Amino acid sequence: MTAADIRVAILDILHDIAPDEDLSGLKEDVPFREQLELDSMDFLDIVMELRKRYRVQIPENEYTELASMGSTVRYLEPRMKDIAK
Amino acid sequence: MYDTIIIGAGMSGLAAGVRLAHFGRRVCILERHRAIGGLNSFYKQRGRTYDVGLHAITNFVPKGTRTGPLAKLFRQLRVAWEDWALAPQLGSAIIFPNAILQFSNSIEVLESEIRLRFPKQIDNFRRLIASLHDYGQFGQSGANRSTRKVIGEIISDPLLAEMILCPVLFYGGAREHDIEFDQFSILFRSIFLEGLARPLAGIQRILKMLASRFKEHGGELRLRAGVAKIAVKGDSVEKVILEDGSELEARNVLSSAGFAETMRLCNESQPDDQPDGRISIVESISVLNAPPRSLGYDRTIVFYNDSETFHYEKPEELIDLRSGTVCSPNNFAYPEPLDEGVMRITSLANYERWASLDKESYRQAKRDWYEKLVASAIRFVPDFRAAVIETDVFTPRTIHRFTGHAEGALYGAAQKRHDGTSHLKNLFICGNDQGLVGIVGAIISGISIANQHLLK
Repeated sequence: MTAADIRVAILDILHDIAPDEDLSGLKEDVPFREQLELDSMDFLDIVMELRKRYRVQIPENEYTELASMGSTVRYLEPRMKDIAK
Repeated sequence: MYDTIIIGAGMSGLAAGVRLAHFGRRVCILERHRAIGGLNSFYKQRGRTYDVGLHAITNFVPKGTRTGPLAKLFRQLRVAWEDWALAPQLGSAIIFPNAILQFSNSIEVLESEIRLRFPKQIDNFRRLIASLHDYGQFGQSGANRSTRKVIGEIISDPLLAEMILCPVLFYGGAREHDIEFDQFSILFRSIFLEGLARPLAGIQRILKMLASRFKEHGGELRLRAGVAKIAVKGDSVEKVILEDGSELEARNVLSSAGFAETMRLCNESQPDDQPDGRISIVESISVLNAPPRSLGYDRTIVFYNDSETFHYEKPEELIDLRSGTVCSPNNFAYPEPLDEGVMRITSLANYERWASLDKESYRQAKRDWYEKLVASAIRFVPDFRAAVIETDVFTPRTIHRFTGHAEGALYGAAQKRHDGTSHLKNLFICGNDQGLVGIVGAIISGISIANQHLLK
């Protein structure tokens, strides 16, 4: 998957978690916590959705890499490059 | 072999089931009753559908709110606002002799009522709000403080203290007289700082959504599947044995049957942790030939008490007529009105007294006490009796049948198990006895215990 594909995948997960949110204006480098008020339970869900959908394992001490869209895509890109879209 | 067997298809069991099944776990929910929902179920009688537990959903916040229990629940269960279509209350009241406090989903209404009726107490009331614990502190503070004591130190007018306690105890007090301050904080927030609402289609809409989502994710739901025994081997559950003799194996068991009830299934002898009596209720339902509003009644819920002191206790009689709540499901801000007018009156009741009646006396008692209950309530709301076209009454026996809770206990045991663990390493507790009550509370309980112990 390319960075663009990963971005779409994350948006899809966020849309499932918060179906009422308008994600079109989501900013790249502002933390999800600030923009969407996601809490630790939500971050755990993003991790579990990534595992469920793409079999990506994210160790607990690296959850903080998922803070914003930008950091998430940068973190996942090398880990998901061999995954088919 | 299941990953998890869940005992009870009430709100907490279903919510836990949705979480686990969504993330690919093999889950089976076992429900003793023929219907799902537990306390928050519904039943059909003579062509009408009645909700059992639901008066209102607490914790209401407007669409778009991102924080608080309701928002958390929606995200965890992937619920869109329109899935529940909650309609907020029109306005409620607490009525004591010579004192009425109206409240709505905006705390300013209650504040201005207190300023008017108890002018010397308004600053104290604000201090009480400031001293409430956060949701995050739930079960963490360990202080186990008496709410009567805390309120007594802040609010110096005993009448106001009683009036504040009345709705909170009615909507979540598991023990007589008093409530632990953590629990009070949660309930106060959920009723007064957030608010009350109801889905147009009643509880059915929420139950059906949870059950169908659970099944879509591959979950298995078995009705009329009562658990007879939890077989224990060493420090673990070995298998679950059903009343029909069949046996099921699972890596984990999550029980919403109640803590003492679950221990009995494990054959663990349990000292009664609540010798002072479990709280149960009776409820009368009156179907009207007109909306309550046309009879001059537009309040959503009225909490009433006929003296200056509120007695939250198991009555000696079948029913305690001194206090109660009146709820009209019509009086929420729906986009379209309900088909029929309904008035529901709830008062405290004595389980043993109801349980000891034979079939005919039970029927007769329901008829007699319906009249008494309504006569008591119309001291506080308009007399609607001329408009009644159908009635029903449910009692602590009904609650026992739907929930399996000992003595028809409405809010479970007084002693909560906040961490959801038990004496066995693969047996967990959710629902009322884990700590949270109400529809939103029970769902959050199922979600958080599933997350903490079963989704790692």
